[in-house]
Amino acid sequence: MQAMETSDRPLRAGSRLERVLRAGLFAVTAELNPPDSSDPQQVYDAALVLSEVADAINATDASGANTHMSSLGLCAVLLRAGYEVVMQMSCRDRNRIALQGDLLGASALGVKNVLCLTGDDVTAGDQPEAKRVFDFDSMHLLRTARIMRDQGMLLSGRKLTVPPRVFLGAAENPFAPPIRWRAQRLAKKVEAGADFIQTQYIFDVNVFREFMAHARDLGLPKRVYILAGVGPLRSPKAAEFMRAHVPGVVIPDSIIERLKKTPREHWQEEGMNICVEIIQQVREIEGVAGVHVMAYRQEHVVAEIIHRAGLFPRISPATVEAQKKSAYAPLAR
Amino acid sequence: MHLLNEKSVTARVLDRVLLPVEKISKQVVFDCRMCGQCILHETGLTCPMRCPKNERNGPCGGVHPNGNCEVFPDKPCVWVQGIERAQRLPLWREHIGELHPPVDWRLKDTSSWINLFTGRDQIHPKGWDAGNGNK
Repeated sequence: MQAMETSDRPLRAGSRLERVLRAGLFAVTAELNPPDSSDPQQVYDAALVLSEVADAINATDASGANTHMSSLGLCAVLLRAGYEVVMQMSCRDRNRIALQGDLLGASALGVKNVLCLTGDDVTAGDQPEAKRVFDFDSMHLLRTARIMRDQGMLLSGRKLTVPPRVFLGAAENPFAPPIRWRAQRLAKKVEAGADFIQTQYIFDVNVFREFMAHARDLGLPKRVYILAGVGPLRSPKAAEFMRAHVPGVVIPDSIIERLKKTPREHWQEEGMNICVEIIQQVREIEGVAGVHVMAYRQEHVVAEIIHRAGLFPRISPATVEAQKKSAYAPLAR
Repeated sequence: MHLLNEKSVTARVLDRVLLPVEKISKQVVFDCRMCGQCILHETGLTCPMRCPKNERNGPCGGVHPNGNCEVFPDKPCVWVQGIERAQRLPLWREHIGELHPPVDWRLKDTSSWINLFTGRDQIHPKGWDAGNGNK
């Protein structure tokens, strides 16, 4: 379905992602998992595939509490090649002093989209003995970033000469208890400063549909762009591992059964089939502004998923912007 | 106007008396972590500082399908408990949706009762207050 046109919302950063959403185009973002390496070439190899099918690439911040190349470093590398990035920032490893400083640094490098997260706990990763920070929660980070951008000051009140122009994102998990309260939590994030939302993996569309109905009751799709999180499963074993070990991922038995019934050589294809079906279903839900594709270490299949879901080629927001200009002001050059 | 001056002798004396009383009673009843800026009545009388991620504004996305904590899978999520309990409270039910400012870590292990009367727990960073009503 055609997403509603929303350019009456205040312009935050003018990032490509924001322009795509404001133009009412169905947005595609994709997650890039940073390498365990200091070599930028590995980043470029993964990004090349994603950049053709996604409007923006998410740079994860030590997701699952495992050390990888930092999201700021990853963003710097990607920006150098001209890619549009969403920098993820988690509150697990940095206190408010570092977070605000990194936001300024990121903005100086050219980062225009920032996703504010609380972050997976240290115990999810391979260094569970680490000290957790959690000076802020995601709401604090969102509101602080918004204050920096809109009020032009740090949390302390100290003025910024030039505020960071950033389009602010947050995450929400429609599948984690208390499920009835999740849309309300989303409202709280919007209050705190979220301009867009990327959800946790959706494998149960019915639960997500209810979440969206609740969000619509609260008038949220008019205030925040909601991108539905999706991703392919590689094998029944990988699905079971994700369900057991990745915080917040809920996979219904029916999906795992479906993979188990598939012969081994078709696992990957069936995983992609499921993902494409879910994209097509969430696209029909009112208030969904795009999809966020997470394919852990299988960036190469994302392109095929986007193609098969009918979301390729990507339309440039400039096309819509130009059309609008000519419609409203035919004489203006 | 606040009932008590933070620097007064009365405040200091009260601190000596009240701090152990608050500490013991709230630890027994709420498993309180003495953050010194109590929001118990706004969180269904469930101490949010028991959350290993120090979430002051609701449950994280890692809550297990059975309602247990991401970090301690054998224990219930304090926010799932708090939200349930808030529904049963005769008062303060709506407060559960409020946006709480970041923790002032200087108040850790001080008496939140005294901080309430001195108004110390209502002092937020300047920037935080500047964000009020902003859209």
